[in-house]
Amino acid sequence: MREGDRVTPHDEEHLGHLLSALPPAPEAWVRTAKELPVAQQRLAEIVERAEADDDYRRRVVTDPESALEEADVVAHTENIEIIRRRLDGKKED
Amino acid sequence: METSVEAMGLYVDLSDGQLVARCRAGDHEAWNELVDRFSRYVYAIAVQAFKLPEHDAEDVFQEVFTRAYEHLHKLRDDDAIRPWLAQLTRRLCIDRLRAGVQEQPEDLVEPTDVDDTITRLDEALAVHEALAILPDGCQDILDRFFARDESYRTISEALDLPTGTIASRISRCLVKLRVELEGRSSHSSAS
Repeated sequence: MREGDRVTPHDEEHLGHLLSALPPAPEAWVRTAKELPVAQQRLAEIVERAEADDDYRRRVVTDPESALEEADVVAHTENIEIIRRRLDGKKED
Repeated sequence: METSVEAMGLYVDLSDGQLVARCRAGDHEAWNELVDRFSRYVYAIAVQAFKLPEHDAEDVFQEVFTRAYEHLHKLRDDDAIRPWLAQLTRRLCIDRLRAGVQEQPEDLVEPTDVDDTITRLDEALAVHEALAILPDGCQDILDRFFARDESYRTISEALDLPTGTIASRISRCLVKLRVELEGRSSHSSAS
């Protein structure tokens, strides 16, 4: 148990309530989160290509969702923002 | 012969700090374990503490893990990943709520019982970790019944067990879980 954890003595009924408090997140969400390392690599490749190819850059800026889908990356909000920030040359927080 | 974490399949046994260090080193399997370890927690904060609708909760969920992946190097104490994720999730949930309610002070946006709910989820996560120590059969049946809300019949079919034995198995596994937690508590207070 980690330092700072406080698991109070409890009966089995209370344990049941605590187990019920953590249902699994939807499988698709978990799968997307697990694919982040691969997605990040692909995002970097999109940015690299956009920096070398003005036509591609315009396509990415105009329609980032399609660019992400073409690269087999889930086009959720955060990935689109990452692409926009990197192409804008803004420092990410 | 090299004894690696990969070879022994011990990611689940790594401490949070060890896991974070391996993620930072680019170990994808460690990242998978980190997501497995905290996905329920992040999801529960978004949905239970902040009561976000599913589509908002999904955006927050993905943003939390994306930022965690990108900013792991900023973590001052690798063992503090859980409170760091909780704080990150909380901040992103508040941002999401504020986006829907213009110019509201933060304390008017955040549900009043968030602290209590997160405290309960912290305790639930510790119980969930203790569950991982129990034999596979106990992990599976308790998770199915309590966390996945499956019926006796569904569990019986999935695990190929007589329906009439499910209740007693759950009861025995809960006792094992309580004993495991009591052992951890006494070890924790003795150290």
